[in-house]
Amino acid sequence: MPLPADILPAAAVSARRGGNRGDRLYHAALQLLGGAVLAVAGLVLLELADVAAPAARRLGLGFLWRNDWDPVSGAFGALPFVYGTLVTSAVAIALALPVSVGLALFLSEMGPRRLRPVVSFAIEVLAAIPSVVYGLWGLFVLVPVLRDWVQPALARALGFLPLFQGPPIGLGYLAAGVILAVMILPTVTSVTIEVLRTVPASLREASLALGATRWEAIRMAVLPFGRAGIVGAALLGLGRALGETMAVTMVIGNSPEIHASLFAPGYSLPAVIANEFAEATGEVHLGALAALGLVLFGITVLLNGAARLLVAAVARGSARSAR
Amino acid sequence: MSALRRRNAVNAFWTAACGAAVLLALLPLASLLWLVISRGVGGLSLDFFTHLPAPVGEAGGGVGNAIAGTLYMVGLASLVALPAGVGAGVYLAERGDGRFGSAVRFTTEVLAGVPSIVVGIVAYGLLVVPMKRFSALAGAVALAILMVPPLARSTEEFVRLVPGTLREASLALGVPAWKTGLRVVLRTALPGILTAALLAVARAAGETAPLLFTALNNQYWNARPDQPTASLTVQIFNYAVSPYSDWHDKAWSAALVLLLLVGLLNLAARLLARGRGGRTA
Repeated sequence: MPLPADILPAAAVSARRGGNRGDRLYHAALQLLGGAVLAVAGLVLLELADVAAPAARRLGLGFLWRNDWDPVSGAFGALPFVYGTLVTSAVAIALALPVSVGLALFLSEMGPRRLRPVVSFAIEVLAAIPSVVYGLWGLFVLVPVLRDWVQPALARALGFLPLFQGPPIGLGYLAAGVILAVMILPTVTSVTIEVLRTVPASLREASLALGATRWEAIRMAVLPFGRAGIVGAALLGLGRALGETMAVTMVIGNSPEIHASLFAPGYSLPAVIANEFAEATGEVHLGALAALGLVLFGITVLLNGAARLLVAAVARGSARSAR
Repeated sequence: MSALRRRNAVNAFWTAACGAAVLLALLPLASLLWLVISRGVGGLSLDFFTHLPAPVGEAGGGVGNAIAGTLYMVGLASLVALPAGVGAGVYLAERGDGRFGSAVRFTTEVLAGVPSIVVGIVAYGLLVVPMKRFSALAGAVALAILMVPPLARSTEEFVRLVPGTLREASLALGVPAWKTGLRVVLRTALPGILTAALLAVARAAGETAPLLFTALNNQYWNARPDQPTASLTVQIFNYAVSPYSDWHDKAWSAALVLLLLVGLLNLAARLLARGRGGRTA
């Protein structure tokens, strides 16, 4: 409800008017920039759907669960790539989660105070290294190590499982999973630290005062409180692993088949797009690759949404119990 | 007493396990940095920074055009993405509490999680298809789309950190809201925003996937936005997956150059963040 002009001094009125014009412009510009984000998101979906459309018309929904991929003969099935993406991401999270939680506990609960900044700086460096450099390291360091040492040892110890059978060639699901584990480590660790920070100090102090050792306090008070948040951290890491392209492309072996063994070469959704998109033969091939992109987009949006909800729920929970 | 001893042993075991996790995490980092430096440093020379790539088996040659291409495309992307990202962040912090604001915030989160390769497909459909050729512009658009969401998110955080009393004091003195926003709030949050901007630029410089089929590659110098353009990252990829060992050496050297570039940007961001702490104290 604006004040009538006659009870305000003239100078104030003109100042208000001048201010209002500038303010309107300022707020309109801000609104526009906020709206631009929505527009970009719409554009992303539209363009993806547009490039994928020819394939969708030709191949139908069966595309999603066909398991052969041969662009020359016109066979397009998404399954080998979805499988490879899920398997490598699962390996990555299985390896990264325990290490990340250990790291986070070290950094926030039990490490010597003087060491903490050094370790957290190292984790930041790990996060800043470009994907293609990880790929280079994977190709020339990790793959030979896996081939000559790790895979033979795994085959000897656990060779009765179908997961660890077949010739140790290095390139394959395992190599991709290990390199993804290294790459998502900083994400999972930093979100876990955030979650551990939300644990009320009173919980920790109460268990220590009751005579618990530091580990008992962590196991009985800290970890149960942060469990949902740590699951959220794992999901965020998984979301990053699913979409990671270059490093995986360089070490996964690029073979569009489904193998039970982690030693076998495979393929992932981002990797096949990276390798074939620029040289795609015809618009159906191109469309099929874009449709794979759409599948990837859908999976990551779902995962990230779930992860954010979980982390937010933990933050709310700690706010409630602190009150 | 033995129960206590057992409990202390369990405590020591898990403390050691966490320490082992730290070592396990640092092992790949140490190995990677050591190899990039030790295998990359031999190939560095002035020529490596200024010359065009040499054919297989020929001595010499460099990645000058790839370095220039990376700087060119990241520069083009920054031109649009930095103001847009900062603006969207200011919007979220100052006006983003309504329903529309929550929609924008949620969309920003979703966009931040979109894999970079998918953004490459979008830029392909947006620019490469109508222009009928790969171009620096398409690469820059892909990078820009990737830069905006994280920048908007951190800008929002930094703007929200500005004390409300500062804004109220300015408004109470009769300064209009837009001037308060730009001269007081944004000015106060600026060091933090610049840090976030530098980090966004560093991330963009390290991106490979969205450039593979937007900017493609180029064996020569290029300054035209409508032509295919080389980039350091795509060049590293091509060298690494080639079967030639002298190209592998070049991949390591180019990786060292890329790490130096990204490292310098990160270092600048850190110094800026630290400088801010010093000034307010």
